[in-house]
Amino acid sequence: MKLSEVRDILDAEVLYGEDELDREVFSACGSDFMSDVLAYVKNQALLLTGLVNPQVIRTADMMDMKCVAFVRGKQPDENVLALARERDMVIMRAPIRMYDACGKLYAAGLRGDV
Amino acid sequence: MEAVKLVYPVEGGDLIEAGEASSKMKLTLKKLGLPPDVIRRASICMYEGEINMVIHADGGQAEVDVGMDEIVIRMIDQGPGIPDIDRAMQEGYSTAGDMARDLGFGAGMGLPNMKRYSDEMDIETEVGKGTTVTIKIKI
Ligand SMILES: Nc1ncnc2c1ncn2[C@@H]1O[C@H](COP(=O)(O)OP(=O)(O)OP(=O)(O)O)[C@@H](O)[C@H]1O
Ligand SMILES: [Mg+2]
Repeated sequence: MKLSEVRDILDAEVLYGEDELDREVFSACGSDFMSDVLAYVKNQALLLTGLVNPQVIRTADMMDMKCVAFVRGKQPDENVLALARERDMVIMRAPIRMYDACGKLYAAGLRGDV
Repeated sequence: MEAVKLVYPVEGGDLIEAGEASSKMKLTLKKLGLPPDVIRRASICMYEGEINMVIHADGGQAEVDVGMDEIVIRMIDQGPGIPDIDRAMQEGYSTAGDMARDLGFGAGMGLPNMKRYSDEMDIETEVGKGTTVTIKIKI
């Protein structure tokens, strides 16, 4: 699924990487526990999380993830966005809650285990 | 390729900066041209170990040896030690406090993750003295 489609489905605002929405993700992972995310290895994955702190970006970076979508309308601070820019990672903010965000993407065909 | 030794001090206390050493190591491994899968596994292990040193041991030092056929990562701290390694290795076991939990740590998955992503893992620990976690990843 293209990141532009992820944005449309989540009705998300793109906070960084507007030019990179042609990138594809093949799977997604939703969690507020970083070690849970680190247990999940898939190529070109999307991370959905309700946490907004620098460790989220670092965790996604270790996993080579292409995009992080913050749910529940959480706004990351400048520090977090700077880390994402350095790593060329697309950042979105979705107004909906985790359960709905996962459900919508899943229904549109983006799975966790592919 | 020449053998390369990397040393990273890991500051205690500050969970916001935690992960810098792992980021730096990852960049260096990329520059050395190692396979993406090896880099990812090494980075995850190092990151889990680095976070553990910050949360549980007030910092320490990471030493990384990149050889011809394996990467050896040693994470050395002078923290409180681990009283029961078998218990610490269980998924879901965690003594992390609220500060760590608020940032998304404390699932009790770090050591099990390191075990899974590495080819060899060894923990040397003494209560009151400190802990050294050694990880080997075949290239
Ligand atoms: N370097 C260390 N020094 C002292 N205790 C440690 C160290 N590393 C791990 N431990 C102990 O082992 C437990 C399990 O560690 P593990 O990394 O698996 O989980 P966690 O750090 O609590 O949570 P998570 O890694 O999922 O965020 C810790 O809660 C802690 O009690
Ligand atoms: Mg841990």
